[in-house]
Amino acid sequence: MMTEIISEPIPAVVFLTFILMLSIFLGFELINKVPATLHTPLMSGANAISGITVVGAISLAGNGHGDLAQWLGAGAVALASINVVGGYMVTDRMLAMFKKKEG
Amino acid sequence: MDTLIQFAYIVSAALFILGLKQLGSPATARRGNLISSSGMLLAIIAALLDQGIVQYQWIIVGVLVGGAIGAVVARMVEMTSMPEMVALFNGFGGMASLLVGWAALSDNASTFTLITIVLSILIGGLTFTGSLVAYGKLSEKISSAAVQFSGQQIVNSVIVLGILGSAAMFCLDPTNITWLFAVIALSLVFGVMAVIPIGGADMPVVISLLNSYSGLAACAAGFAVDNNILIVAGSLVGASGIILTQIMCKAMNRSLSNVLFSGFGSGKTEATVVEGEIKPISAEDAFYVLEAASSVAIIPGYGMAVAQAQHVVKELAELLEANGAEVNFGIHPVAGRMPGHMNVLLAEADVPYDQLLEMDDINPRMETVDVAIVIGANDVVNPAAREIESSPIYGMPVINVDSARTVFVLKRSMASGFAGIENPLFYKDNTRMLFGDAKESISGLVREFNS
Repeated sequence: MMTEIISEPIPAVVFLTFILMLSIFLGFELINKVPATLHTPLMSGANAISGITVVGAISLAGNGHGDLAQWLGAGAVALASINVVGGYMVTDRMLAMFKKKEG
Repeated sequence: MDTLIQFAYIVSAALFILGLKQLGSPATARRGNLISSSGMLLAIIAALLDQGIVQYQWIIVGVLVGGAIGAVVARMVEMTSMPEMVALFNGFGGMASLLVGWAALSDNASTFTLITIVLSILIGGLTFTGSLVAYGKLSEKISSAAVQFSGQQIVNSVIVLGILGSAAMFCLDPTNITWLFAVIALSLVFGVMAVIPIGGADMPVVISLLNSYSGLAACAAGFAVDNNILIVAGSLVGASGIILTQIMCKAMNRSLSNVLFSGFGSGKTEATVVEGEIKPISAEDAFYVLEAASSVAIIPGYGMAVAQAQHVVKELAELLEANGAEVNFGIHPVAGRMPGHMNVLLAEADVPYDQLLEMDDINPRMETVDVAIVIGANDVVNPAAREIESSPIYGMPVINVDSARTVFVLKRSMASGFAGIENPLFYKDNTRMLFGDAKESISGLVREFNS
């Protein structure tokens, strides 16, 4: 008698959930170290990062089908681009103002 | 090629993480933001290399239009209006995720994908309208008061049930697009309903929470389109918003559900009789006290932002220092309308960040402070939080300005603060009221110093 080891492929969702779990814990560790004085730039910076949706929207907007998905994707690209560009620029503008006492 | 794209995403995730890590100190924060933005650029370039893309014109149009709007807003926005801007951007992020979730719908989607599509539409939709309402309240385009009506809880429960029902129907029968539209519409309505009962003073909590939702929506969209980088970046943002929400709630000594479901001060108006009398002071007399002071603490609140007084406050601080006094700023976590709002305003006015002390750092020093100047803050310095058990804010940590030798309170009139709570501080023996617009009053003090 031979026992055959049949390994089913692990579904992608498991990996995605794994990544989700790790990033949430990592996020907590990272953000807890941000001092209160930087909480506003942290929020606007986080805003910019949440514009990552643009990455998902790009392939939809460029599918070339001319269908609903393409238009929804193009709208999402525009909205998320506001977040990305505006978020990073305003965060930089704020952080440039934080100065230590001279001397 | 596909593998290369995936590796690029891994690098950009690492850049986001490094960027956030550098945000841990004001000295490295600017570089951190730059690192994070280069991670974003890399992710976008990688996404553009996707072989499924056959047509670039709408991507380019979208990026150009969105980028131009973002750039203009980022340049023009006043530092005092930062909370509104962040609220609005949260909303855009939510809407983008809603659209991506919707677009990800295809005929052969698995049930799991359908569930994630519903989630990204639900979270994205309520983030969008919730943020618009928050924006309206913060910019005073609509009344910032808590809107409550009888049966509100029932209406909200019906909406939630409606969302759950339509979502379930949609997952069972994705070909019937009506259920999808029902989920979209109800999520949008729910966002409005969730934010209207929350008053202006609680906005720091709401804005943090919506920040978190915009990340979670991106996360859900990541599941819907099977994209790692959306999940990583989205959950980093989600975690950040949740932490800020926790900090804000703790600083107000209230639970999150209390903030979300009970419009502040409603139904518990207790008439606390405060003994003593109000003692106004003129700018001239205030000047004599300040001139003799060797240690001054300035406690700013939302009133400083409204009066745009941060620059003249800095001027006063410089004059006091030139006069030999030690000047510090005490910042309460919920002063202003978003986390860290006061710090940004004072940084704009060139106040060095090592002069900005957190509540826990300034309180032990308060007894050695000669003059504490309260500028447009009320509830965050209210001693009722320590002394009067029946007060709605009892137990909330406050800055103990009343321990200073003298307290100057700059205030427009005797109207009570946002929360509508009496402030016994105004009646204390060592408190003097300097009535008028905060900017005018401080300019008056500056003039006295210069004459």
